[in-house]
Amino acid sequence: MKLPGRRKSEILTWVWTGFALLTIYLPLFCTVLASFSRARYFTFPIRSFSTRWWEQTLESLEIHTIITNSLLIAFSVTLLSVGIAFCGSLAFARFNWRGRKLFQKVLVLPIFFPQPVLGLALLLLFNTFGIETSWRTAIFAHLVWIAPVATLVMAIQVYGFDASLEEAAYDLGCSNLQVFREITLPLLWPGIQSGALFSFLLSWGNFPLSLYTSGADSTIPEWLYSKMVAGYTPMVPVLGTISTLGAATIFLMSGLLSVLIRRLQLHQLSRQDATK
Amino acid sequence: MTTALPSLLENRGKASLSPALLAIPSLVLLGVGFFLPLCVILLYSFATPRSFELLRSFTLVNYSELIRAENSIWRSFIWSNGLALATCCLLFLFTYPIAHGLCRVFGHWAGLVTNLFIFPLFISENVRLHGWVLFFIKGGVLNGTIEALGWQGGLEVLYQPGMILAGMIYTHFPFMLFPVTLGLAMVPRDLCDAAADLGANRWQIWREVELPIALPGILVGMLLTFVLAFGALTEARILGGQSVIVIAHDVEHAFTYAQNWPLGSALSVLLTLWIGGLVMAIFSKVDLDRILGKKEI
Repeated sequence: MKLPGRRKSEILTWVWTGFALLTIYLPLFCTVLASFSRARYFTFPIRSFSTRWWEQTLESLEIHTIITNSLLIAFSVTLLSVGIAFCGSLAFARFNWRGRKLFQKVLVLPIFFPQPVLGLALLLLFNTFGIETSWRTAIFAHLVWIAPVATLVMAIQVYGFDASLEEAAYDLGCSNLQVFREITLPLLWPGIQSGALFSFLLSWGNFPLSLYTSGADSTIPEWLYSKMVAGYTPMVPVLGTISTLGAATIFLMSGLLSVLIRRLQLHQLSRQDATK
Repeated sequence: MTTALPSLLENRGKASLSPALLAIPSLVLLGVGFFLPLCVILLYSFATPRSFELLRSFTLVNYSELIRAENSIWRSFIWSNGLALATCCLLFLFTYPIAHGLCRVFGHWAGLVTNLFIFPLFISENVRLHGWVLFFIKGGVLNGTIEALGWQGGLEVLYQPGMILAGMIYTHFPFMLFPVTLGLAMVPRDLCDAAADLGANRWQIWREVELPIALPGILVGMLLTFVLAFGALTEARILGGQSVIVIAHDVEHAFTYAQNWPLGSALSVLLTLWIGGLVMAIFSKVDLDRILGKKEI
């Protein structure tokens, strides 16, 4: 039974959410639009469309280097962050140990810290120890902020993990490795995958940490910022669109992967049922 | 479940893997990448102004420089706090209905809506804020549309404090939405129904049942948005022109253009203390296990 009052508030909730989403995506459409404008300075309505800025951007060697830098940093951050966060999330959520509550609080601190200040602090640290800033230091800086986020994302999955399944597997005579491969890993996989997705994409889009810690190896957000502040070129909306499309591709691919894995698991289950 | 596990693991011969060991990679990372830089900053803040050497001198000049009235740092501090507070309160109002929708109304659409709100997190705030510049700028999408419709254009919205606030609300949207959603997800539906059966009206249900149970999530969301907006820099740069100097700008200025690392460090120490105090105060009242969904056993 639905009361009319409740129905009305549900419709309002939908309308408000739709409006919020529209507002959130509006600037992205403006960026895409600007990337196809022929004029050097964007005006609306657009007088003539052209792909020349796209051609120019895709041919630019500077842009190639910058995209490579961003990819290199994001991949390295993902690999390291998943490893650290997987262990961390088990310590965070799965096991009870004496320092756990303190560990939880320490772990969230970098998330609750302004990134520009963290970036500058790291720059100071590298300087004090005579480490030259490059893509390597940027990876480290990203990790300080991203590994805790990935840990939280994975911890949510770990909280829902039913440990008695592991016990049952041991009782049925499984070895440690078997239990890990057949029980623990498949059950925690969705969390690991989201953790990896967050790590990659947060690193891909990060600006404040890269700005101070990547030295001469500029990333996409850094390059965009420098051109926005001084020396605007229509390559800015083009590269902005490329960066957005890159993130969207990875995001969708990860969603597709989850669906495939679920299908595969269901398929295996039904085959096992059939052989019984 | 959790109390039985360690002893159980010992029986299985897996005892070599103590749970505390699993925390070590994270702790090493944060030790070197978070606490050590803070220590370096603390040491620098006592160094002679404009010097680049640690532990050669000890002075409090940098701190007294900060509180001198001629420096406009107190003004930036007030601006940043005001903007952050406004961001945090408005975001709470804006995201609450959506969080409610995600928990109660959207049903099987909730997953899609959640993903649509997550995705913008992965696009650099530069790109998104610059999209707003293209929208609001003279001859941009908004003014172009207004003029095309035959009305008087020339609206000036950019480069004002209000625009910075809008930008902050915009970039920090998910940071409020998801904690509040996690908080609201902790409210059992039966409890609200029971309260309604007992004759409570919607306002009473919200105040007496929903709000107290969801409060930890709401607090975390407010803290997160406040802290992040307090330290935000790009909104003021890209959307605000130079109309407001935020505190992160002062820090950056001291470190880069002014080449006064000790002053920048002293300011960073003050910011860290201010933020650290807030975080500690809130987290003493919040249990992370409950918000993130640990089962009660």
